Amino acid sequence: MDIHEYQAKELLQKFGVAVPQGLMAMSADQAVYAATQLGGWHWAVKAQIHAGARGKAGGVKLCKTYNEVRHAAEQMLNKRLVTTQTGPEGKPVQRVYIEVADPFEKELYLGFVLDRKAERVRVIASKHGGMEIEEIVAKDANAVTQILVEPAVGLQAFQAREIAFDLGLNIKQVSRAVTLLLGAYRAFRDCDATMLEINPLVVTKDDRVVALDAKMSFDDNAMFRRPNVSSMFDPAQSDPREAQAAEHNLNYIGLEGEIGCIVNGAGLAMATMDMIKHAGGQPANFLDVGGGASPERVATAFRLVLSDPNVKSVLVNIFAGINRCDWVAQGVVQAVKETDIKVPLIVRLAGTNVEAGRKIIEESGIAIISADTLIDAAEKAVAACGNVHKLTTH
Amino acid sequence: MSILIDEKTPIIVQGITGDKGTFHAKEMLDCGTKVVGGVTPGKGGTTHLGLPVFNTVKDAVKATGAEASITFVAPAFAADAIMEAADAGIRLVCSITDGIPAQDMMRIKRYLMRYPKERRTMLVGPNCAGIISPGKAMLGIMPSNIYMKGNVGVISRSGTLGYEAASQMKALGIGISTSVGIGGDPINGSSFADHFVLFEQDPETAAVLMIGEIGGAQEAEAAAWVQKNMTKPVVGFVAGLTAPKGRKMGHAGAIISAAGDSAAEKTEIMKSYGLTVAPSPGEFGTTMAKVLAGIKPQRMSA
Repeated sequence: MDIHEYQAKELLQKFGVAVPQGLMAMSADQAVYAATQLGGWHWAVKAQIHAGARGKAGGVKLCKTYNEVRHAAEQMLNKRLVTTQTGPEGKPVQRVYIEVADPFEKELYLGFVLDRKAERVRVIASKHGGMEIEEIVAKDANAVTQILVEPAVGLQAFQAREIAFDLGLNIKQVSRAVTLLLGAYRAFRDCDATMLEINPLVVTKDDRVVALDAKMSFDDNAMFRRPNVSSMFDPAQSDPREAQAAEHNLNYIGLEGEIGCIVNGAGLAMATMDMIKHAGGQPANFLDVGGGASPERVATAFRLVLSDPNVKSVLVNIFAGINRCDWVAQGVVQAVKETDIKVPLIVRLAGTNVEAGRKIIEESGIAIISADTLIDAAEKAVAACGNVHKLTTH
Repeated sequence: MSILIDEKTPIIVQGITGDKGTFHAKEMLDCGTKVVGGVTPGKGGTTHLGLPVFNTVKDAVKATGAEASITFVAPAFAADAIMEAADAGIRLVCSITDGIPAQDMMRIKRYLMRYPKERRTMLVGPNCAGIISPGKAMLGIMPSNIYMKGNVGVISRSGTLGYEAASQMKALGIGISTSVGIGGDPINGSSFADHFVLFEQDPETAAVLMIGEIGGAQEAEAAAWVQKNMTKPVVGFVAGLTAPKGRKMGHAGAIISAAGDSAAEKTEIMKSYGLTVAPSPGEFGTTMAKVLAGIKPQRMSA
């Protein structure tokens, strides 16, 4: 789960991380009022979306008057912002963050990430901030400091000092950077984050060390114990079909192709998509109906897949372990009757109670193309939308 | 032989009195597994499915001599259950639970390291289908009837893709020595490489099939180990060729977030280390059949 910059900053501030003063606004009027409340002479108006690279895309504007703040907020709000990280459809901007813009002397990079290979939290810091970490590494790999945190004891002050000195800070700045680093680590650990990026981390003329931007992602598996984090979820930032799927405990990801997929198990779902591609087609989605797929869940899955107008055929691939084929078959029959499917439907069932499942489908009288194996199923699904392929180049 | 478990391995079920624990304990018993008891705190002294129930894993080990355990415990309590088993001296713990926080896994892995190597617990999973040595024992949730006894070892991240492989091979008359599901989480208990070591030593295993996924470096590390140490042929596959970057494909660990994470890259790495790569997920069986046909007869000792 991702949160907005302003939410990450509020959260980090509670753990002792210095951030600029700022206020969130959902309209141009609120934005101007926020600027008057914050005071000062310069403000940054920042579009709040769950993606980076906003600056180059016009999502961050430096303003010197209230009028400029109003204009910037009007330009951003209720539009979609397309950056290099959002994909071509962009992300909707429903909130802007108004922040006091103080001058700074240095831009640094600071990141925390849950490193799956090292099985620890890795801290990454560099003197070169304000650009992507990949660019930083490419530019000057020696200027990147990395430290692994021992989970039993957490980030130690000496480790934070090592990072701070490596960043080339003076002693006054070092002590502030240590406070920030230790606070940021505690926020990471105590909120079950998987990623925290402060880029840039800036040093001001008066030796303050401040998080000018903040991006945080969290472990979905840990949200049961982090209501303070899960309450920050903004459904507007995710694909509406994916949000709908999540409500039904289904795992759906929309793609560009034309063959809708309904599969049990994440690995088999990925493999089914691969098999479709191997057979010359393109999958329209990833969809894992999970274990214990009841007829209702299968029916919901059908509605979801068919709501994608690009879908030219639907492939159901169930290898029942805990699932039972007869149950899944009932779901398929129920869904077909309810949803008025106009595209060819290919069904492959295997595993527990497969005979009973096939019988239900045969006796339903519905036009279903049966398949025995994974290869057979993918080939039939591709063939079923064959005329589509003749029209397109891929 | 087989790896990890056989018909003689005494097994306990943590969470045996719950719905899932009950259902799968029965399934395990039905296929001949030596389940010797269960653990549910507060229900010690009772019996369930005709088996003794204990309050703690220590009590269960003392009374039954259990060596392996399977945990059917909710995500919030799974880390605790795994560490309890490790502390009680259980040598093999299989965790089925889907949804354990990654930071809990980080702590579990560090906790297991506190024991000397000779008595260190091996954790299989979490978020996996478990282990089956067909015809001998099952420490998992798979449909045991799709597995046939034989001489191919299987290591798979995904449960259902492991089933797919087992049924494709069975259709061609190829059986399995042991199939291990290592799970779809970003941090898991044991890796592909951990199980390759065991399959290499197992005289009944003639060849190994590894089924990976996008995300992480374990497939690449294992492939490097295979080239250096493995005398038995290995067939590999990585699911997720069509997966977009930065999106979690169902499993928490199945996400392309770094260089080397994609299916195409991992497939190339496998090939460069001399593994035979199945051209598609529909060809696990046929690829393995070709590889087995190429092995000299004396190596087919099983």
